[in-house]
Amino acid sequence: MSAELVAGIAQWLRRLGGGVTGAVAQLGFVARFLVAVLWNTPHAFRRIHLTLREIYFTGVLSLVIILMSGLFVGMVLSLQGYETLKRYGADEQLGILVALALVRELGPVISGLLFASRAGSAITAEIGLMKTTEQLAAMEMMAVDPLARVVAPRFWGGVISMPLLAALFSAAGIFGGYLVGVRLIGIDSGAFWGQMQAGVDFWPDVTNGIIKSVVFGAAVSLISVFEGYNARPTAEGVASATTRTVVVSSLAILALDFVMTAFMFRGGNAV
Amino acid sequence: MNRAAIDLWVGIFVALGFGAILFLALKVGNLLTLDHTPGYRLEASFDNIGGLKLRAPVKAAGVVVGRVESVRLDKTTYEAVVTLRIDRDYQFTKDTIAAINTSGLLGEVYVGLDAGGDPTMLKDGDQIAKTQSAVVVEKLISQFLFDKASSPRASTPGDPVPAKAADQAAGGAKK
Amino acid sequence: MTIPRGKIVAIMGGSGCGKTTILRLIGGQLRPQSGRVRVGGLSVPDLAPSALYELRRRFGMLFQFGALFTDMSVFENIAFPMREHTALPEELIRDLVLMKLQAVGLRGAAQLMPTELSGGMARRVALARAIALDPLLVLYDEPFAGLDPISLGVVGQLIRRLNDALSITSIVVTHDVYESLKIVDYLYFVSEGRVIASGTPDEVRASSDRFVRQFVDGAPDGPVPFHYPAPAYREELFADVG
Repeated sequence: MSAELVAGIAQWLRRLGGGVTGAVAQLGFVARFLVAVLWNTPHAFRRIHLTLREIYFTGVLSLVIILMSGLFVGMVLSLQGYETLKRYGADEQLGILVALALVRELGPVISGLLFASRAGSAITAEIGLMKTTEQLAAMEMMAVDPLARVVAPRFWGGVISMPLLAALFSAAGIFGGYLVGVRLIGIDSGAFWGQMQAGVDFWPDVTNGIIKSVVFGAAVSLISVFEGYNARPTAEGVASATTRTVVVSSLAILALDFVMTAFMFRGGNAV
Repeated sequence: MNRAAIDLWVGIFVALGFGAILFLALKVGNLLTLDHTPGYRLEASFDNIGGLKLRAPVKAAGVVVGRVESVRLDKTTYEAVVTLRIDRDYQFTKDTIAAINTSGLLGEVYVGLDAGGDPTMLKDGDQIAKTQSAVVVEKLISQFLFDKASSPRASTPGDPVPAKAADQAAGGAKK
Repeated sequence: MTIPRGKIVAIMGGSGCGKTTILRLIGGQLRPQSGRVRVGGLSVPDLAPSALYELRRRFGMLFQFGALFTDMSVFENIAFPMREHTALPEELIRDLVLMKLQAVGLRGAAQLMPTELSGGMARRVALARAIALDPLLVLYDEPFAGLDPISLGVVGQLIRRLNDALSITSIVVTHDVYESLKIVDYLYFVSEGRVIASGTPDEVRASSDRFVRQFVDGAPDGPVPFHYPAPAYREELFADVG
């Protein structure tokens, strides 16, 4: 082996190691940030109005997109599901199909993705802009901790909004499924709701869906505030932080979804 | 946006959200339909319950009269002991047969009750004497093949075998 | 550098020489790699976080371009430090805010949002916010940057009058020589991270120090060179030939 090749490999290894330590350091940074945000939780709830304001901006203003998307997803599920179920003479199971798909998976996941792109990016941009215009520094100099006043309320606003949005998405979806399945296609209404009620268990289906949406809410909120707080204080910095929020949040949701689903539903329905 | 407006909208949002969760729990799921109808319990033992699940319906003449409350394995007889919760409105005779059926080929598994003519009724905690286990399709198929294989030699020595096979395939009526 | 109580001191220098860094050191946002930073006898870098916050409550800081909180009105911006650090009732806060606004001449603008203010007005609101809790020390980061001549005069006068009326100490970081000479008591000149000259306004105007002269006269070339360091001109122009 020539000296050049060895040097080249050594450099490549150094870069790899540097990348890994960088990633681990970043992870540690995020973890410390999370701890700092959680530490400031009491403040977010003592000044409850701050958190309420964030719930308004992330939750209430997302209602329209969540409800509409839920409705459409439910309708499509019903249409597609019917075609396949009909082949096995199981079209009466349509209610269960739509309900389980929504409550267990699509509700938390899709509303999480929508939340990340609408509310998450807005939070990142807002905090990043506050950093760029020195508002965060001004707050610090006025002896007010920005983590307590700006970051923690936004984090908890997101965590509270997400499960509610996911439930609304699922409800809208089931209604959409009902519209298509019963009204449009003509499946018996009693069979639709009856089979659904028999097949969807509060525990574990609905509760696992709620747990998932809470976890997604925490992940998206953490990523949004983190990226905003640590954005480079320039126009490009804020822009790239915003896109990173959406990308990383989406990947995090999908990865967490897999992990949680494997954990929650591995046994199938219990007898 | 002033405080009052924000508070109002957040209140509406949270109320809607909880409403949705309630809807999912009650209308879509079966949170309250579980153990709240006044009823009494009956027990039945089966060789094989097949795909019977908790909260599966208990039907008589196709009408839902109750739900499967619990299932356990009897450690001495190795039979499945199923606890049924029946609506108080319905009484069944002592010689009722409990059978595990499937509605359709891919449909749900349920417990069918077939009442007899005995004047005495079953009370809370009684055992249903006659039961019919689930039809396990694999056993049916294997018995069918077995029958096919053994039918050319269907002279006297072979007779008990097909009868026993048919008995096994049907799950066997107990006692 | 020593900044005596009750005086206005200007820190001047070209862009990027470290003026804002000095403010950040005083405020405890940065730690010095060497040397000391002492305020009122306390060593700032060694303070515990709670003690640091206590100290900051007695500072006011005016950021470049104001750094007003854009989601709150003018009134709420000024009320912010009061609401955060005191338990004063709302009526009292309202009176105090109006008094501060009156001092900077913007009492009528109390309900406007920061985005509706002109640069000069935003700067004055930020000044009112900086003195909201009657601080002992006020730090001004480029208070004159980007203002029209009238606003320049207004802000300069306000800095002087407030300093005297409230007996506060002011540190003004700026590169506006003209306005500074009108209002400050003492000046420091900083270049490349070092203090290279200092004096009262009269001393500075009469100074023969080359750097001070270049600064005061606004000459393009002198101790602070016009040309950014580069290879020899002739060599670079003819570099790709041949």
